[in-house]
Amino acid sequence: MSDFLDRSEATLDLKVVGTRPVRPDGADKVTGRATFGADFAMPGMLVGKIKRSPHAHAAIVSIDTRKARALAGVKAVVTAADFPDLASEAYEAGEGAANLRDLSLNCMARGKALYDGHAVAAVAATSSVIADAALDMIEVTYEVLAHVIDVEDAMAPDAPLLHAHLFTEGLEAKPDKPSNIAQRNRLTRGDLEAGFAMADVVLEARYTTAAVHQGYIEPHACVAAFGADGQCQVWSSSQGQFMVRTYCAKLLGLESSDIRVTPAEIGGGFGGKTTVYLEPVALALSRLAGAPVKMVMSREEVFRATGPTSGAVIEVKLGARADGTLVAADVVLKYQAGAFPGSPVGAGSMTALACYDVPNFRVTGFDVVTNSPKVAAYRAPGAPIAAFGIESAIDELALKLGMDPLALRMKNAVRDGVKAAYGPTFRNIGYVETLEAIQNHPHYTAPLEPGQGRGVAVGFWFNIGGESTAAVNVGEDGTAVVVTGNPDIGGSRAAMAMMAAEVLGLPIEKVRPIVADTAAIGFSMLTGGSRTTFATGMAVTQAAQKIVVDLKRRAAQIWEVGADQVDWIDGAAVCLDASKTHPDLTLAALAARSARTGGPIGAQVSLTAQGAGPGFAAHICDVEVDRETGHVTILRYTAAQDVGRAIHPAYVEGQIQGGVAQGIGWALNEEYIFDRDGRMENAGFLDYRMPVASDLPMIEPILIEVANPRHPFGAKGVGEAPIVPPLAAVANAVRAAIGVRMTGLPLSPPKIRAAIDAR
Amino acid sequence: MTRTHISATVNGDPVEFLSDAGATLLDALRDELGLTGSKEGCGSGDCGACSVIVDGRLVCSCLMLAAEAEGRRIETIEGMADGSVLHPLQRKFLEHAALQCGFCTPGLLVAAKALLDANPDPTESETRYWLAGNLCRCTGYDKVIRAVMDAAAELRQVRV
Amino acid sequence: MSELSYLAPTAAEEAAAALAAGGNLARALSGGTDLLVQLRAGRVKPGLIVDLKRVAGAIGIREENGGFVIGAATPGVMVGEHRGLARAWPGVVEALELIGSTQIQSRASLGGNLCNASPAADSVPAMVAARATCVIVGPSGRRTMAVEAIGVAPGRTCLTAGEFVLEIALPTRAARSADAYLRSIPRTEMDIAVAGAGVNLTLDPEGVIVDARVALGAVGPTVMLARDAAAALEGARLDEGALARLDEAARAACIPIGDKRGTAEFRTRIAGVLARRATVIAYARAKERG
Repeated sequence: MSDFLDRSEATLDLKVVGTRPVRPDGADKVTGRATFGADFAMPGMLVGKIKRSPHAHAAIVSIDTRKARALAGVKAVVTAADFPDLASEAYEAGEGAANLRDLSLNCMARGKALYDGHAVAAVAATSSVIADAALDMIEVTYEVLAHVIDVEDAMAPDAPLLHAHLFTEGLEAKPDKPSNIAQRNRLTRGDLEAGFAMADVVLEARYTTAAVHQGYIEPHACVAAFGADGQCQVWSSSQGQFMVRTYCAKLLGLESSDIRVTPAEIGGGFGGKTTVYLEPVALALSRLAGAPVKMVMSREEVFRATGPTSGAVIEVKLGARADGTLVAADVVLKYQAGAFPGSPVGAGSMTALACYDVPNFRVTGFDVVTNSPKVAAYRAPGAPIAAFGIESAIDELALKLGMDPLALRMKNAVRDGVKAAYGPTFRNIGYVETLEAIQNHPHYTAPLEPGQGRGVAVGFWFNIGGESTAAVNVGEDGTAVVVTGNPDIGGSRAAMAMMAAEVLGLPIEKVRPIVADTAAIGFSMLTGGSRTTFATGMAVTQAAQKIVVDLKRRAAQIWEVGADQVDWIDGAAVCLDASKTHPDLTLAALAARSARTGGPIGAQVSLTAQGAGPGFAAHICDVEVDRETGHVTILRYTAAQDVGRAIHPAYVEGQIQGGVAQGIGWALNEEYIFDRDGRMENAGFLDYRMPVASDLPMIEPILIEVANPRHPFGAKGVGEAPIVPPLAAVANAVRAAIGVRMTGLPLSPPKIRAAIDAR
Repeated sequence: MTRTHISATVNGDPVEFLSDAGATLLDALRDELGLTGSKEGCGSGDCGACSVIVDGRLVCSCLMLAAEAEGRRIETIEGMADGSVLHPLQRKFLEHAALQCGFCTPGLLVAAKALLDANPDPTESETRYWLAGNLCRCTGYDKVIRAVMDAAAELRQVRV
Repeated sequence: MSELSYLAPTAAEEAAAALAAGGNLARALSGGTDLLVQLRAGRVKPGLIVDLKRVAGAIGIREENGGFVIGAATPGVMVGEHRGLARAWPGVVEALELIGSTQIQSRASLGGNLCNASPAADSVPAMVAARATCVIVGPSGRRTMAVEAIGVAPGRTCLTAGEFVLEIALPTRAARSADAYLRSIPRTEMDIAVAGAGVNLTLDPEGVIVDARVALGAVGPTVMLARDAAAALEGARLDEGALARLDEAARAACIPIGDKRGTAEFRTRIAGVLARRATVIAYARAKERG
């Protein structure tokens, strides 16, 4: 199924893939016409709002909604009593399995509020003002409990317990007491003790990161309409309309076929919109009210009550020989999960050593519940945190050994044929190429002034495949529409059209992509895991290839020759039979004759894509530090990444630049700050400080193309690897600039100044 | 609650609408006038997704009361193109792939237009500082800055 | 549900009467860059908003008796465009222009910044160092006060019911005088000052500082005039010794809190650094005017 890569590189002559056409949703987005979650309206629509716990940890003694329900203009009030009490069950509908009971309780608290901002009730009313007044009228009696947020505090044996029935999984013996440690995972290889015994140099260090948010500019929003006949419509800004459908069905006890979810344009997700918060609540309200309900989060609600990623502790012990060969590594990761189990510590554990060929290691990960919002995926979930620790330690090791940091990484680099730390054997990877690319880049040797420093770091992300469905339909005039079920968060719909256009031999302007609702296209796993261009692209390509086979058959029928006497070249059927003199039949010509050659021209493919190629990245960062104020300026940034094949190079560059920017924010200034009562103090864009335009320089991406032979065009996922190296790249640069190792993120000015003063 | 009657000019056209005293100009644009191009990203003037131009000045519409719009001349993203002919800034954003999710794009375009009206030849630094009030989480700003400066260059040629 | 009303009077006395009648449910509106944020967050729940922007004299800049009179609701962008003001008081202008984004600059004003009474307000240390005064209009008439007397506690002013600030006056500029303002923020833009320093100097023909005013922001419950820091400069040329004494005196004047924006130690340290750096800039500017 890899027609294009079966041919040698010399004959590979791509006309569309690899070019930079204007995105198909572009005109709507630059004119303000594109419809995002909050832009949609239905007649008779009500406003839905949520009442949230002001306590980080409390028993909910009672909820009295009578006054609220009696207020004129209020059409529905719900609490957990209006949702089925689900059993604990792991279910795969998002990115990885979610526990349905936990998901339900996160959407609407039952018996206990587990974080400040936890939803305890919701109302639907005829106006925003009335909805707010109704919320004030809901009387909730709480019994405030001691809370715990810091991950190590939560692991302590005497910590306040979030869940009475949570027993640590993954230990050798099942514990007899519940704890906040939901799970311990462990990856091992070789003999750790023997490994360290061989080391000439041992480095031990402890690193910490704070919880950060994906920071998408669009707050969560949806409109839900529960019909009188039980058929539901949901309009929602999410990373997966099928995920929304499944979760709504499960949480409300409905059939999937009774819910039709239409994906709105989505204003950023980065993993944070791979789950539901509002949709089941909006449907529950709509059912009671008998009218559509619109729910839009405020920015404060987004911070307090959606899914940031973990704050964490990373403990690293590395052993190396004097020549830089790594002989042993012992890594401990402690990740906050928030109110319910499910931090990305597993993925953090698997990726921590992925760039290194280490013969003896042990990686231990702890998933720890805390009285903070339940964490959700954030771009390469778990990996940036682990990489911050590993890449800082490797940098320190290079200094100890007197080795160039890139040379140290090159010495221990994984290559084709090496068994990855997380299991499979690497094939067709481009990691070494990314190291070479930055080593040879002028940035690496550009001179630096006093007060400036340079850091390098590398990173890895698996990228996934998964289930996708795509349909390609040819119109009567020979143009085509590509239908998929993946919300477009990075430009994927353009890539879908490009791949179909390439196969069909059409110019890109004649192939239009749409992202369809759950009733109009077959199932697709959500947009995440850097999977869409790979997996859905594979389905699109196969569907287009099926059409080409069918077109050749039709031409053969018209020409009365054997099917093997027809080729498809540049968008037309070509007769290979030298004895005949048939002119080529274009797609348009064949489409015009479809009725007599077999009917409408189109194909749909459903598949589970295997063979996703992992992404490796290597970054260089230059900083300048004002020693008196602690202010860090990012002077220059270069990011090399193995992208397989860049279907649309500008969008691949954009993914790299965006991921780098998020990583820089994570390194410098972003963090959740909680007060003594466990309330977030900086739940807004003023004091949750994301990079603004003047904080960043141009970000230079280097696209390395080591093709993935398992994808028809050689593509690998690109969206997530870019955020993995920057945390350590920045920290390593700061170390070079001020001579002090910063082991805790973010590197805010007060901490830098204090570190300089402490020397 | 009594609602106030407001008359203003939006994208060159006279408009009238009713608003609650506490409603913002952003609320009025989106909910009363159906102009949903301006977005709410934060409601506190920190993200710029709601940017519009009032009497020639770039403002956050979430920080203006709808009542303050009385008699004012307001320009939103919906008025930037000339019919179906895109403004050079809009074209350059598309050419340079200066948008991904597109949510911050209307605010950025309005802000960039205000920049080029005030300063037709901005440096990279001037462009970055002018746009510091427009948060983008997808692009890292690189292609946005390039698009704005390229549009500025094109507009300067047209003027000459 | 409380009713909210909006008024946009055109005469100052009318505005004062409306504010007085509204009592503590009334709020004055200038650029709205503080009030609307507080309204949206539910931190204030006014019954009446009195928009000052249409009041005669509230917006505009005029030269008077060698000094400047600035309408309290004049947006930063207008202040920045006034050449004469920028030449005479670059510190006041740059302080106001540091507030927020371009969008905020179209609305944020000296009067609003002053009366919101945040100890971290950027324009206030510069106004205090400049010896700015303000004209207050109230139900019982008008009075003039020094700007540093307005803020009495975080978020509180000395204004009584019905009073609002109509104008801010900057005095006549002596020869060889200049001011400067610097603040420290974590990013390059958009943040509230973690510390701020406004410095205003007058030099004699030999370059000796004969008059100094140093005001510090975000290091106490209000913007503070640091008299000892100014005294450390007076009578001196700008040498390392004077700057070191200034740094020490500035730090000694600080009584900051530690909060989500910075620790108390950091704020104090930075106040000294900023006072020094702002002094260097003000001195260079003053010399140019010699």
